Amino acid sequence: MAHATAVDVTSPDSTTRPRAGRGRRGLNERKRSRTGLLFVLPFAVVFLAFLVAPLLYAFYLSLYSKGLATGVVFAGLKNYTTAFTDPQFLKGVWFVVRFALVLIPVQMFVSLALALVLDGLTTRFSRFARLMIFLPYAIPAVIGALMWGFLYSPTFGPMQQIADLVGAQAPFLLDPDHVFGGLMNVVTWQWAGYYMIIIFAALRGIDASVYEAARIDGASSWQIAFRVKVPMISSALLLILVFALIGTLQFFTEPQALRLVSNGTITPDFTPNIYAFSQAFAYANFNYASAISFSLGIVVFIAVYVFLFLTRKRGSIS
Amino acid sequence: MTTTVPTAARRTSRSASAQSRVDAPRGPRQRTLLPHLFLAILVIYFLVPLWWLFVASTKDVQGLFGGAHGALWFDSRFALGSNLKELVTYNDGIYLRWIGNSLLYALVGGVGATVLAVLAGYGFAKFRFGGRRVMLAVLLGSVMVPLTALVIPTFVLFSNLNLTDTIWAVILPSLLNPFGVYLMQVYTTDAVPDELLDAARVDGAGEIMTFLRVAFPLLRPAVVTVLLLSVVGTWNNYFLPLAMLANTKLFPITVGLGLWQGQASANNGGGTSLWGLIITGSLVSVIPLVIAFLSLQKYWQGGLSLGALK
Repeated sequence: MAHATAVDVTSPDSTTRPRAGRGRRGLNERKRSRTGLLFVLPFAVVFLAFLVAPLLYAFYLSLYSKGLATGVVFAGLKNYTTAFTDPQFLKGVWFVVRFALVLIPVQMFVSLALALVLDGLTTRFSRFARLMIFLPYAIPAVIGALMWGFLYSPTFGPMQQIADLVGAQAPFLLDPDHVFGGLMNVVTWQWAGYYMIIIFAALRGIDASVYEAARIDGASSWQIAFRVKVPMISSALLLILVFALIGTLQFFTEPQALRLVSNGTITPDFTPNIYAFSQAFAYANFNYASAISFSLGIVVFIAVYVFLFLTRKRGSIS
Repeated sequence: MTTTVPTAARRTSRSASAQSRVDAPRGPRQRTLLPHLFLAILVIYFLVPLWWLFVASTKDVQGLFGGAHGALWFDSRFALGSNLKELVTYNDGIYLRWIGNSLLYALVGGVGATVLAVLAGYGFAKFRFGGRRVMLAVLLGSVMVPLTALVIPTFVLFSNLNLTDTIWAVILPSLLNPFGVYLMQVYTTDAVPDELLDAARVDGAGEIMTFLRVAFPLLRPAVVTVLLLSVVGTWNNYFLPLAMLANTKLFPITVGLGLWQGQASANNGGGTSLWGLIITGSLVSVIPLVIAFLSLQKYWQGGLSLGALK
């Protein structure tokens, strides 16, 4: 692209000015592109070492299996056929898929509603509310999960105490019947504010004259919200959707942190990531764990990629 | 910032705000009452866990399990002082060590990741070189790879190199922030005019000087945003240190509190005092980030939508 003119740099008899100029630019172009590479290089090294290498290594590890009698032997794709017929793995996959399908719409709805309401207000309280709703994002997921675990606790949480007032029995939100909702609440509490801020910032980026025009055309504020604002921030919504999808499919921290207080509801195969973790660190089964990790990585990547392809919005992530 | 284009005919009582609306003939106060009520209810929902955490930190063990005024109000005895004292002395002050470790990992990992992202973003945005398009495509693809899927293979890699159970096992993988590079590249493309860079070069400034003196000051909002995302991401990380570290002295606060929770759950009843430590420890550990957030808000508020503005 930029190296074509770099040939005649060495010819000292360049008498015409344009050629000399072109020669100098050629040299500069080459130097410039090397500089650009040098700026990118440190990150590229980290990228190769901690993303590309682990991915390739996971694939390599997943092709072997370790038997007690046989030692490490090449197993081909056996780990994958085992995984995709392993009821424990499939149970976890089924859980995160269901979880994503319910959680993501709920989260999107909450954060979009909040952002639209906040965008329509300019009071001091609305600014305060914006910060407070965002605050949970600053709290480590482990600690957020622990807190909710305490709040759910039948022994010293407020839920049972509130239920006592009316003489009822509060549901334990980590028992098998309620754990889905219990975890959904924790994740929504943690992330809705972060998504709200992203949507809110995108709304603030819309030129006010657009509203003016819509109003002159006789649009009501509801119509402006859903016919003007929402379409104009669709790329922000798409970004959030992608974040939420990637985050949910690799669900790990919250259920792992609540495992011990869930009285056995959250099992070591609860989500694919927890299953991989327990295979690796409880059974030292690194080959099988790598197969699960690699499958998870590839499946999430393909799912997101297909999703983006189907919703291909010009100018979002493309 | 929103700027209004007030047309004289369309002015409403609240022309100061861009969102002034002309719809149903209701008073301005009524029009904002419902939204404010909705917000108030949600603010309560988002703050209740933190309020509970604060209240519970002021209780002793008896108060925690049978307080006179319920879980959401203070007990008759105010034990925050003694709880804090126990927190910093328990097990030779391991708690303070964990906080220190978290700070170390978050600062070194977060700042390192930000430096790499700023440099690479600038390189991608303002230079043309062979393989640039391919690299950008790979970078965007990598944003979609769930990073937790890399933890187990990275652990095996590091254990082959005898690097597990060291601070490097947590810090080095934290330097990777592809999304940060993407954000910086998007922002730099728009925020730094090529003419400005060329002018600096014509004036004889070297490439490093041009970057530091001309480009970097224009990138500040994006840099703060990426720094915030990296530091929070590292501070909150759980899976990576949980897998990498066995020595409790190297634990960050997240893994440390998880360890206490395991011990408290394991010896039912005997762990009651530990519950108090976990609660007070959680409170103390969220304070630094909350303060950082509130004091830096004017910097990150605008930056977070960067990735979606394109």
